[in-house]
Amino acid sequence: MNKSPDASNLDSVFNLSERSKLGELLRSQEFWIVVAVLIIGAVVGMIAPRFLTGANMANILQNFCFTALMAIGMTPVIMTGGIDISVGSTLGLTGVLLGLFCASGYPFAVVVLFVLLVGAFVGIVNGALVSYLKLPPFIVTLGMMSLVRSQTLVVTNNQVVYDFGKAGDTLLALGSGSFLGVPNVLWAVIVSAVVMQWLLSMTKWGRYVRAIGGNENAARLSGIPVDRVKVSAYALLGAMTGMTAIFLVGWMGAATNALGQGQELQVIAATVIGGANLLGGFGTSFGAVIGSVLIEVIRNALLLAGVNPFWQGTFVGLFILFAVLLERFRSTRA
Amino acid sequence: MSLLELKNISRQFGAIHAVEEVSFKIEPGEIVGLMGDNGAGKSTLVKMIAGNFPASSGKMIFDGKEVQFSQPSDARRAGIEIVYQDLALCDNLSAAANVFLGREIMRSVGPFKFLDHRKMRERAAELFRELQSETRPRDVVKRMSGGQRQAVAIARTRLADAKLVLMDEPTAAISVRQVAEVLALIKRLKERGVAVILISHRMPDVFGVCERIMVLRRGHLVANKLASTSSPEEITALIVGAKAAA
Repeated sequence: MNKSPDASNLDSVFNLSERSKLGELLRSQEFWIVVAVLIIGAVVGMIAPRFLTGANMANILQNFCFTALMAIGMTPVIMTGGIDISVGSTLGLTGVLLGLFCASGYPFAVVVLFVLLVGAFVGIVNGALVSYLKLPPFIVTLGMMSLVRSQTLVVTNNQVVYDFGKAGDTLLALGSGSFLGVPNVLWAVIVSAVVMQWLLSMTKWGRYVRAIGGNENAARLSGIPVDRVKVSAYALLGAMTGMTAIFLVGWMGAATNALGQGQELQVIAATVIGGANLLGGFGTSFGAVIGSVLIEVIRNALLLAGVNPFWQGTFVGLFILFAVLLERFRSTRA
Repeated sequence: MSLLELKNISRQFGAIHAVEEVSFKIEPGEIVGLMGDNGAGKSTLVKMIAGNFPASSGKMIFDGKEVQFSQPSDARRAGIEIVYQDLALCDNLSAAANVFLGREIMRSVGPFKFLDHRKMRERAAELFRELQSETRPRDVVKRMSGGQRQAVAIARTRLADAKLVLMDEPTAAISVRQVAEVLALIKRLKERGVAVILISHRMPDVFGVCERIMVLRRGHLVANKLASTSSPEEITALIVGAKAAA
């Protein structure tokens, strides 16, 4: 109840922070996933000492990057209340097109630009169908997943692309190289995560992404260009998927039709484990990264601990359920 | 000079006459209650003033100029803000972020522009101070009381420096304790020279803050009189039609 408090009284109220920095940390999903990663690491390290070796750490840090790059791109899409399950197929299409265009002798820079544009184009189509035609994102991207995968088979005629021509040298050097001892793809993850978080918290675009996820109607009434912002989120995810394809194909040295098959689920799982809410409004790029780390750590740890790899899905599944429960617990207590 | 004058405003939807030949004036800083049963034409009338759709016929004069709003942003630019019944706030954002939604203050460093969180918090705090509401700019709207949420919605109209604020059932969905808080906010707007049209079903609220009461029945304005010369009984009779006009 407001009994017209005097001005000085109000000032002291305004300056109150809702909660302490420590309390905020303890309530964040990201913090608890970091804790989970450390606990798993410690336990597996005791069972299988090889887990904690430098070589294996380097292995994990290389492998998680591909899911992480896409999960960073997935974050704003999920924050608007959307979802994109076509990213695995888009990864496949951009991967084989990357190979085919390298093979046709285009300069590497041109190929990179082209691949990013193809990815962005798939995203724009998804985003336009979702925002202008108001179709449910799940169904739109389900259709796109099938369409894009089929196109991947069409353009390659079911052949594996491994001869990349002259641009191939640059591609392979980029994919397997490192800078200051850190793999190039890990740099890409670090830079992408920082830039994305900056976009989300410091720009109008990020504010609008959050607002649309919170209350799309209110965002519209406030004069926010809701449809354009949504399309841009899907387009950005598409472009980041194209970028992932460049690093992934450069690392593997070949582009197969099955590239990225099923990866959309890992990407979405990583994003959600990291604290993004599928109903929209919440998420961080750091969460997406740490979610991807957790998934890779589970995979790697189970292998080294000698557990039948068929169990992997069970553990990842349990963590998704755990993450959703954690989120529910945090939001009801808050 | 009146702030808003409606002359013979009508609106038809097909064969239905939602609002017929309504004329009235609103003075600057005046709080006017708009009452009527469901379907009496209150929403239609308010939506025409707010620019959601045009009138079928009649004239509207705002701030000395004849106006024809074809979309809400036209009305907003002219100085008319609407506080929606469902408040149109983003639960996941802070109070300050909601106040500035779509009108963010930016800071530029070189060619880059980014959100000036501090300035927006400070300005939001100023607005809440002006409204004498204990609403903290940093707090997330989700955890706020109905009264605080109203303060956020009303602070948005203050930010725009609106001359006329249309409020659609602001006390409908909140506790009795918070109603007093909201009514105090409405009086604060009046102190700042802002005129308010309060659409409400709640007789005590309307008599508590409004100087004048207008009653719509089946699209016609059947009463437009000073609150001090009327009574809840008379207004009720006018709303239901037991009394033809006053």
